[in-house]
Amino acid sequence: MRLRQTVRLLPLLPAVALLLVFLGGPILWAFYGSFTDAGLTGASARNPEWIGLDNYATLLTDPQFPHSLWLTFLFVLGSAVIGQNCLGLALALVMQRANRVVAAIVGTCVVAAWVLPEIVAAFIAYAFFFRDGMLNQLTGLAGLPVVDWLYEYPMLALVFANIWRGTAFSMMNYQAALNDVPPEITESATIDGAGGIQRLRFITLPMIKSSIATNLMLITLLTLGTFTLIYVVTSGGPLNASTTLPIMAYEQAFQYGDIGYGTAIAVVMLLIGAVFSIAYIRMLRERKD
Amino acid sequence: MAAVATAAPATPARGAGKTRSARTANIVLVLLAACFLLPLSWLLAASVNADATYELAVPTTLTLENFAAIMTAQQTFIPLLNSFILAVGSALVTVTAAVLAAYPLSRYQMRFKRPFMYTILFGTCLPITAIMVPVYSLFVQLNLLDSLAGTIFFMGATFLPIAIWMTKNFMDSVPVSLEEAAWIDGASSMKALFYVVLPLMRPGLAVVFIFVFLEAWGNFFVPFILLFSPDSQPAAVSIFRFFDEYGGVAYGELAAFSILYSLPVIVLYIVSRALGGSFALSGAMKG
Repeated sequence: MRLRQTVRLLPLLPAVALLLVFLGGPILWAFYGSFTDAGLTGASARNPEWIGLDNYATLLTDPQFPHSLWLTFLFVLGSAVIGQNCLGLALALVMQRANRVVAAIVGTCVVAAWVLPEIVAAFIAYAFFFRDGMLNQLTGLAGLPVVDWLYEYPMLALVFANIWRGTAFSMMNYQAALNDVPPEITESATIDGAGGIQRLRFITLPMIKSSIATNLMLITLLTLGTFTLIYVVTSGGPLNASTTLPIMAYEQAFQYGDIGYGTAIAVVMLLIGAVFSIAYIRMLRERKD
Repeated sequence: MAAVATAAPATPARGAGKTRSARTANIVLVLLAACFLLPLSWLLAASVNADATYELAVPTTLTLENFAAIMTAQQTFIPLLNSFILAVGSALVTVTAAVLAAYPLSRYQMRFKRPFMYTILFGTCLPITAIMVPVYSLFVQLNLLDSLAGTIFFMGATFLPIAIWMTKNFMDSVPVSLEEAAWIDGASSMKALFYVVLPLMRPGLAVVFIFVFLEAWGNFFVPFILLFSPDSQPAAVSIFRFFDEYGGVAYGELAAFSILYSLPVIVLYIVSRALGGSFALSGAMKG
């Protein structure tokens, strides 16, 4: 009997092996590697030495670390929690009232920025915010002076670029959630004399509360790890003015060759990610039960 | 009768309010759509402009020069082929492992099933960006750097958690009663899986396959870290060859190449929508 049960579980083996080697391995390795002086090249690459908490001690005294943490927070708050989330919800709500054909065409335009390969989207965003780029051409038409967005306001440019790139995800989540709200309830509220704002506040938003929560968790996790867009549009510059945690980890590990230190930064990112993942999974569970 | 009388005048007023709000909604949406489309217009305009820059300019003469210029093996065909190998390879690895894993998870009662499913969901959520430094170290140890196969297995593994969830959901909707006939005829569970269950969930499998293909095709960071020789780099990384070391950029060719590289994504996205795939979760793997 026990043998038969074991045989039944055999098909799980390839998946479990892949997950252990390529996901579980690197996660454990991250914790181990962050206690070593592993380098990109040279002797410390082949035989990294155990240096205990040194990398974390350096991290705590590195002025770049709180700055990067703050920039990552700004980026997630501005582009995901406020930008993508609110714009996505607004789009989904307005689409319900609009003409079906208009809504479908607009949906396609929003999704287009999201479907493109990330590197292509990143180059488009760069061209848009570039000194001689489209944004300055447009503001020039309105008679405004030329602003070097990527140099003077790199974080603002990145926040808008990521809203442009990622809003489709929230929009689609909210479209699905709003479709599940029974129309009879809002209709009967209308008959009882509730205005548009009141219906939104007292009926629609409470009914999609759990979708809002899970959407916020997911886009936070997605935005936390954003590398390509930032790397292409500002490379973390000028002078580290847009060096978020993923960019900082990349620079330390691959440009300055300090794999151990880069790994310590990666561990911090993993821990932040883990907190949001657990919150997200708890929400899904509550929703199911 | 009285009720009809009071209700009647309300109807046209409400109807008028509705059309007015619909008109406002349409205008707001069209303006927003324009904002989303504007940045894209540069790509299209630059690709057919022989003197393209980062400015949006209406080309004086439409030209296919940029497209003609990039039609070389080194510039376009090898990178696109590498992208294709990476994407198909990852999708095959992921779908095969996910189908096998989903079967016991969907068909048998097991004590550890719920914790297992939630553990892999947890894996889905972690930012892949965060593990790229340790993955690089791991690949050094395993001697897998600059290996397409190694990169395929890593990418396949990163999409596996979500693929197992999707596949299990599709498999749950195939009734067990259909396999029971096969079991009575003496077929093993694996035979039942291949000859009974899988044919019934073909659209679902296509959705998972396309999902992984698209994610792997578009991914930049993973091959950027793990693959460095020009012969093994996919299009996402080789695209930097349009920037020369003196700060010059072949804008028109960059745009033309971007369009070629994006085309399969657009086509497959439309196909997967037609298959009824829900892409609401797909972003969960990005990063």
